[in-house]
Amino acid sequence: MFKKYTVCLLLLISCASTDKLSTYHDFGEKKGIEKVVDDLFVYLLKDERTKESFQRLNLDKTKEGLSNFICVTLEGPCKYEGQSMKRAHKGQEITERQFYGMVENMQKAMNKNNIPQRAQNKLLGKLAAMHKDIIGN
Amino acid sequence: MFKVGITSLCLSVLLVTSINASTSGKLLLSGGVNQVEGSAGGGLTPWAFIGGYGTEDEIGANAFITNVKSSDYNMVSTGFVVGFYNRFEFSFAHQSFDTRDVGATLGLGQGYELKQNVFGAKVRLFGDGILEQGNLFPQISFGLQYKKHEQGRVVKSYGAKDDSGIDFYLNATKVILSESLLMNLTLRATKANQIGIMGFGGDRKNNYELMPEFSIGYLFTRKFIAGFEYRFKPNNLGVATEDDWLDVFGTYAFNKNFALTIAYAYLGNIVLKDKQSSLYTSLQVGF
Repeated sequence: MFKKYTVCLLLLISCASTDKLSTYHDFGEKKGIEKVVDDLFVYLLKDERTKESFQRLNLDKTKEGLSNFICVTLEGPCKYEGQSMKRAHKGQEITERQFYGMVENMQKAMNKNNIPQRAQNKLLGKLAAMHKDIIGN
Repeated sequence: MFKVGITSLCLSVLLVTSINASTSGKLLLSGGVNQVEGSAGGGLTPWAFIGGYGTEDEIGANAFITNVKSSDYNMVSTGFVVGFYNRFEFSFAHQSFDTRDVGATLGLGQGYELKQNVFGAKVRLFGDGILEQGNLFPQISFGLQYKKHEQGRVVKSYGAKDDSGIDFYLNATKVILSESLLMNLTLRATKANQIGIMGFGGDRKNNYELMPEFSIGYLFTRKFIAGFEYRFKPNNLGVATEDDWLDVFGTYAFNKNFALTIAYAYLGNIVLKDKQSSLYTSLQVGF
């Protein structure tokens, strides 16, 4: 009986501390991230809160940059060579409303691609931590 | 009162459908729902979040109707909360507590209703429990609830010292997104008996006491949160013991305009009747 519990406990512990890349895998690795980002931009450009910020950008380059940025954020094997979040948003005076608009569209895109909820929240947690570099900058 | 509640809710629904497009910007459920005394929070306890969906540049508002049906009583609470710039919130709740058979036993009359009004205010002091991720620093708010009973004479005849009182509370709330967890701790200074339904202060005790309240929730999806709450309560009246309250809740936000909360609440002993198990249902309409 005791042994059984020990095994269960060990299993739980090993699950809880799975490899650092589990969220990256949950997203379907680089390909999966690229699909989420593709869908994200469809939503962003339709949303009155966010479209102005993205309209003027070179879409292909921005998508590629964001995919790499997310990949690196999830500790995947990519290289992000774009500007820091602070640099990229400087002078744009992004409001909280726009920031949340981005998050909501991200959630929509992740749902469309059936990314597991826990993985979604893990990424959102990491992105939310950067809000000071993005909002009101 | 229930009718009035329904009418005002229907009006709110109409209003919402007509101004749907202007809904404010915060994320789903990030203003909490309306707890039983009207403040933004869970079911029983306030959270540090500011009610409504307003961001730092916006005003948001929610109206609600809550029904708590226990084995021997029924309470309806209706009201609203308005949040300003994710900084201040003001709330109002009218509570109507139907004593059903107990009313007859006490000589008040079958279905006698005890009523009180709760005026609430809350200010966010520091932090942002949702945006601030990557550290464990919570959002901290301070609030008060001024409660005025409509039948002072009745509650005083059962040993209450006052027909009105002010609860002061400090709370800390944090969402840990990486774990999909919400945690809240509230410390409330209160003299209220059964949250004020039985008046304030009593023959047994008549001083402010510090009562902790806890909530923990798991974010299953961006629309659905379920969790557990525990609220310590004072015990001031000689005529009846008062127990702590607890609940297991689930809240589903259809969108920013509608959220439904269903909970099982255990309210313990309430005047003459022990072990009050309750079904808690609450509809919130957001603007």
